[in-house]
Amino acid sequence: MLSIKNLQVGLEEEDKQILKGINLEIGEGEVHAIMGPNGSGKSTTSYVLAGKDGYKVTAGSAELYGNDLLDMNPEERAAAGLFLAFQYPVEIPGVGNMTFLRTAVNAQRKARGEEELSAGQFLKIVREKAKSLKIDADMLKRPVNVGFSGGEKKRNEILQMAMLEPKMCVLDETDSGLDVDAMKLVAEGVNALRDGKRSFLVITHYQRLLDHIKPDVVHIMADGRIIKSGGPELALEVEENGYADILAEVA
Amino acid sequence: MTDMIAKDGVEAETVAAVKSLSGKYKYGFSTDVEIEYAPLGLNENIVRLISDKNEEPEWMLEWRLQAFERWKQMKEPEWAMVDYPKINFQDIYYYARPKSMSEEKPKSLDDVDPKLLETYAKLGIPLKEQALLAGVEAPEGERKVAVDAVFDSVSVGTTFQKELKQAGVIFMSISEALKEHPELVKKYIGSVVPQSDNFYATLNSAVFSDGSFVYIPEGVKCPMELSTYFRINAENTGQFERTLIIAEKGSSVSYLEGCTAPQRDVAQLHAAVVELVILEDAEIKYSTVQNWYPGDENGKGGIYNFVTKRADCRGDRAKVMWTQVETGSAVTWKYPSCILRGDYSQGEFYSIAIANNMQQADTGTKMIHLGKNTKSRIVSKGISAGKAQNTYRGLVSMHPKASNARNYTQCDSLLIGDKCGAHTVPYIEVKNNTARVEHEATTSKVDDDQLFYCRQRGMDEEEAVALVVNGFCKEVLQALPMEFAMEAQALVAISLEGSVG
Repeated sequence: MLSIKNLQVGLEEEDKQILKGINLEIGEGEVHAIMGPNGSGKSTTSYVLAGKDGYKVTAGSAELYGNDLLDMNPEERAAAGLFLAFQYPVEIPGVGNMTFLRTAVNAQRKARGEEELSAGQFLKIVREKAKSLKIDADMLKRPVNVGFSGGEKKRNEILQMAMLEPKMCVLDETDSGLDVDAMKLVAEGVNALRDGKRSFLVITHYQRLLDHIKPDVVHIMADGRIIKSGGPELALEVEENGYADILAEVA
Repeated sequence: MTDMIAKDGVEAETVAAVKSLSGKYKYGFSTDVEIEYAPLGLNENIVRLISDKNEEPEWMLEWRLQAFERWKQMKEPEWAMVDYPKINFQDIYYYARPKSMSEEKPKSLDDVDPKLLETYAKLGIPLKEQALLAGVEAPEGERKVAVDAVFDSVSVGTTFQKELKQAGVIFMSISEALKEHPELVKKYIGSVVPQSDNFYATLNSAVFSDGSFVYIPEGVKCPMELSTYFRINAENTGQFERTLIIAEKGSSVSYLEGCTAPQRDVAQLHAAVVELVILEDAEIKYSTVQNWYPGDENGKGGIYNFVTKRADCRGDRAKVMWTQVETGSAVTWKYPSCILRGDYSQGEFYSIAIANNMQQADTGTKMIHLGKNTKSRIVSKGISAGKAQNTYRGLVSMHPKASNARNYTQCDSLLIGDKCGAHTVPYIEVKNNTARVEHEATTSKVDDDQLFYCRQRGMDEEEAVALVVNGFCKEVLQALPMEFAMEAQALVAISLEGSVG
């Protein structure tokens, strides 16, 4: 479903190459994890997939179900089924969380030629999904992410994911800044969305998130390349020995 | 004083996209009716002619002539942060009315020229006595809006007159009021905005042609929203209307005002005066959605909107609330003010001013605290895009007798793109040491990260900008009557169309 081939990306404003040929195939229903030291290009990968400005793709391709992602603007990628859970979710003052969600859901439905949800229909679904993430009515009314704690922001991302029902979910360091309980809650939210068809790309520094969201494949990324791929045991290896051994091994 | 011009962060495409905005003004059509003009230019005879056309009493003419004499001695103000070519006051028509309105005035709306009625229908303003403004979902229970429609220099008609009369409310054009209730007009006109208050108000005093008159008797809560809809149609014509609203003791009224004009290459002048008189325990809520033609993306054409609006809270516990959504005009110069004379009287000012392309807005309010325990609140949201300049200018004045008076001011500016400017110029005068004045100001930009976040969730760019900007304006949109709030929200989105790329 997600197929990335020889993806090479630099910054738009300066002459700096960040991704130096990424290859990644994620099949339907699979969970892949990308781990790697700071500055290895993990977040850049997620931004480039989602279509953020400021990057220049110099070679390679990225396709979602055969659709060329790199040729679409961000909202088209979203409607095609790509979701990015942000590492730092943005605050939007004055815009109620519920209004934001409903606008997003209906924008995607419209783009796909589906009928928009009525206020009543929407409310029913959002309440149900919010409940399982322990998001209360008050948090739904508050402006998007304004004054939310770290845990609340991440739970809110997962709520958006649940409402938008994407095909491919990219989670960019969703565990950063979370305590153990909050992380469990987020992981449960993610696991609830695993239905055998939906695929996940989990970007993280630490193995601990992968205790809760069990990956099928783990990739180690360094200096803009995937240098090693393996099963869940690879994450445990990193946890024990750090990245140094693996880096030395491939060097 | 905070003063900043945005520089970084937004793409060059932004500016390019802003340019695509022109031609999107929805109300730019003109109505093809035969117009009767007064001779071009301004002199004493024109003043006499306008008074004569309205069949005014002698004192009104005298008053106009006095104003005209004083105006000739006055100079156009230059302190505002706006820049426009010098206006040639002799190159304007001061009076224009559709021919069908001249010889014999239509007795009822049924007799009005269908072309005129069609114009208002096209603008979404129902002159038939239907319950609601077009395009608005019916709220709980039936609500009615009475409309006075002003076309160029004359009032075309006023709806729901009968029903209002039963409640004792007088709502008619000021030219009719001069015939039917001259004593009321004489008592209050110029009592809030004196004849020679400022250059444009004085000009208006001399040449005002029509406008709305509202009188709410003691203890009456006006049974429906009242509204006036101003339409400039004729070319090269100034619109000078005068609105006078009197709320007697313990009465209340909510009044709405809307404005549009055809898309023309030559700038047109609009210099109105609005006077509100609020007596003991009375309340007036005055809302404006101003959507005059803003000119094209190069600043050609558009309306010069130089307006004097003032409320006088004469009685104790009188209350006034100004709410304005300013999206149009090439140049706006407007400071709806509150004179808080009565003890415990209250003034509120909520404003959204959007300037895109080459638009310039210098707007704000004056809160003059004269009485004890008077309270005022100012919430101003300025949004600039394109090459527009947006200035908030406000005065809070606490007079020696205004003990325990309080003011709270909040001024927020939002910048879209890197060629626009936002300016905040607050003047504060405190002559009573028990008074308290608070002022908060912020300047922010529509952030690329916010837009990317919205787009990643599936919204297109314009939807994203509209969402962020409506969030920014929320406090003011909430202050509008429901009928207008939805229209205003849509208008915010329309006037920023193409402001980011």
